[in-house]
Amino acid sequence: MSGPSDFQPTNPALKWIERRLPIMGLMHSSFVAYPTPRNLNYWWTFGAILSFMLGVQILTGVILAMHYTPHADMAFKSVELIVRDVNYGWLLRNIHASGASMFFFAVYIHMFRGLYYGSYKEPREVLWILGVIIYLLMMATGFMGYVLPWGQMSFWGATVITNLFSAVPYFGETIVTWLWGGYAVGNPTLNRFFSLHYLLPFVIAGVVVLHVWALHVAGQNNPAGVEPKSEKDTVPFTPYATIKDLFGVSCFLLFYAWFIFYMPNYLGDPENYIPANPAVTPAHIVPEWYYLPFYAILRSIPDKLAGVVAMFGAIIVLAFLPWLDSAKTRSSKYRPLAKQFFWVFVAVCIGLGYLGAQPPEGIYVIVGRILTVLYFAYFLILLPLLSRIEKPRPVPNSIADDVLAKTGGKPAPMVSTVIALMVAGGLLLGGADSARAAEGSTKPPAQKWSFSGPFGKFDRGAMQRGLKVYKEVCASCHGLSFVAFRNLAEAGGPGYSVAQAAAFASEYKVKDGPNDQGEMFERPGRPADYFPSPFPNEQAARAANGGAFPPDLSLITKARSYSRGFPMFLIDFFTQYQEQGPDYLVALLQGYEDKPPAGFNLPQGSYYNTYFPGHAIKMPKPLSDGQVTYDDGSPTTVAQYAKDVTTFLMWAAEPHMETRKQLGLQVFAFLILLTVLLYFTKKKVWANAH
Amino acid sequence: MTTASSADHPTRRDFLYVATGAVAAVGAAATVWPLVSQMNPDASTVAAGAPIEVDLTPIAEGQDIKVFWRGKPIYISHRTKKQIEEARKVPVSSLPDPQSDEQRVKPGHDQWLVVVGICTHLGCIPISHEGAYDGFFCPCHGSVYDTSGRIRQGPAPTNLVVPPYSFVSDTKIQIG
Repeated sequence: MSGPSDFQPTNPALKWIERRLPIMGLMHSSFVAYPTPRNLNYWWTFGAILSFMLGVQILTGVILAMHYTPHADMAFKSVELIVRDVNYGWLLRNIHASGASMFFFAVYIHMFRGLYYGSYKEPREVLWILGVIIYLLMMATGFMGYVLPWGQMSFWGATVITNLFSAVPYFGETIVTWLWGGYAVGNPTLNRFFSLHYLLPFVIAGVVVLHVWALHVAGQNNPAGVEPKSEKDTVPFTPYATIKDLFGVSCFLLFYAWFIFYMPNYLGDPENYIPANPAVTPAHIVPEWYYLPFYAILRSIPDKLAGVVAMFGAIIVLAFLPWLDSAKTRSSKYRPLAKQFFWVFVAVCIGLGYLGAQPPEGIYVIVGRILTVLYFAYFLILLPLLSRIEKPRPVPNSIADDVLAKTGGKPAPMVSTVIALMVAGGLLLGGADSARAAEGSTKPPAQKWSFSGPFGKFDRGAMQRGLKVYKEVCASCHGLSFVAFRNLAEAGGPGYSVAQAAAFASEYKVKDGPNDQGEMFERPGRPADYFPSPFPNEQAARAANGGAFPPDLSLITKARSYSRGFPMFLIDFFTQYQEQGPDYLVALLQGYEDKPPAGFNLPQGSYYNTYFPGHAIKMPKPLSDGQVTYDDGSPTTVAQYAKDVTTFLMWAAEPHMETRKQLGLQVFAFLILLTVLLYFTKKKVWANAH
Repeated sequence: MTTASSADHPTRRDFLYVATGAVAAVGAAATVWPLVSQMNPDASTVAAGAPIEVDLTPIAEGQDIKVFWRGKPIYISHRTKKQIEEARKVPVSSLPDPQSDEQRVKPGHDQWLVVVGICTHLGCIPISHEGAYDGFFCPCHGSVYDTSGRIRQGPAPTNLVVPPYSFVSDTKIQIG
């Protein structure tokens, strides 16, 4: 991509091809001989990391599409089947779902790097604008991908975001109906989102080719912000940049794998483990963390149309950056004022992200408005002004001079910025976490779970007892429809034999048919059957339960959570605390009070529970001491029942948890080894360049 | 890469490169496995392929039924005396895929022929009671099977497959 190459293969067959299609020459000039500034720091490896992430997302996405069903009635279930039944399906889904977050994480670093070092300035304007286009496409792709599992957040996220277009004057409603393919978000919407979610990544890949092309025409910017002048200023892309990028990717993989194997739900919303319900909106609609700053801008403006315009404007303004900032000095290293304001701007973005996750009320709205003004002021007032009044420090004569000056310098700024970024990222995530805070409920006490932490394993005895509690107590109202009897005999499960699971199944009556006479009939359950639900449909369940719908328990431990608050959510990331759901469940089962506290108005047909959000629960106290007999001598107390049934339900929600954690250990051992090796290889390779 | 300075410490330097490359290659290979394995039948499909029981009482002599096991049609034919005789009259050595009728049915249950109803040529479903041998005829490419499901004429290379099955009682079989 940087002019004709003098590359000539020696093999006659390759020579024959090269004369007709000079593809090897193209690759050689673009990725081998291509001169790259020798002073690039690790922030420049994020281009390679992003290319890698795009590849990962396309590969895992194509695979997931082989197993996914884009239909409103089946999408949620098909995702569960991927996770439970497809070979390594849980792994592929975690890679793809966490991958979206990692992709955005990397792109934000990449963008802030461009902003700091002035990578958008002449002659790289088109390169920068192509980047903004990629970012917009990523946002659209990420949004549509989040809709596909068809959980509560998927459905309501789709509703809220598509309704943004209803702000368009005159044509708003028409456009929204057209987007939906119906009168509300429904099956046609899901179908087209699936189609577009499959298409857009390839469009992104196409624009990435243009982005790289433009990069290779203009050449890479560098921390000094001066163009390479002589041979001494550059090193060939391979091996120098290649090995450095590989080391960067390897470090990034360590971070990524932590989410895949240990914290797969840390960035997700528990609401999305509840199937989409067009009749109930979740208490807090929160987008994925990577949209939060723009969501905050949207909400801080009281007018509907103006809010939407501001939100899109916040992204579009980036495309005009090359002309808003007309300073001749590229790198903020040599712009004392711009440098400080850059960090203020980073703080504004993180602040907006935090606010995007808070309820839109009180002080949050006011601060949101201030930060929105600051966001736009940075681009529209500050940068144009600074480029006129700021007196930059002298830039080095050449890149080689910059490198010489730096030798002996300490790498401290890099380390401190990494730490600052991690804390900031944590704050953002914490914002999302606190938005889930259920008002008017007490935090459940943390329990000790055998399955927590990186070496966690289920307690088989507790699972077997928990199954008994479920069968004798919970099953009269609650289904367990994603769990099959065969699962009881699977590795990592309650530890029954195949014959025991078959015998257990045969105690159930399962509806089958139609037979040759066209009639439905009942037969004994088989291992392949799923736990039958106690009610034929939601209406029957409500009719039998005073209007309340006892939820299916298959995913309940993942669908319930509570806010951990600052700074616990940050610590949780490192301690791998993921047991909000089980802790809540145990507390709920024991949290019944005979008499509500004075002054609490308990509605008719409800019961007082300390831990239930709002305290008035429709489920009567389900467990009492001695209700279920245990064969193994465990205490038959409510506390024991609650713990056992929760353990069982945790397994029901994630039958492959033990496999996930075990594989995680192996992957980490491997990645650490690879990263160390790559580090030393990189050092060896670069030893020649210094 | 391996010029000038590598002459100073050739072994250490080369070892590092080889080790890094080898570890990366192992990682890449291990990563490929889940990507390949995911295309195999998933656990629910495997579970649904468990053995099935079929009641033979409703099948009158000279009739046959088609049931599905693992997504494949299974023909269960209640053969007439004439059909059995026809199948046993043929010299086995004259057949393209030599196999006696006795080998293809369960002893004591000569009247029951159980075969996978998929042509061994390219997977079409043969029609029963068709063709010159009173057995099966595949409409796709004209393979003709006899009353024992053996290939007699046409492009199919082998006889219709007999699935694993057993008699639970005189009137009930378990396939799988």
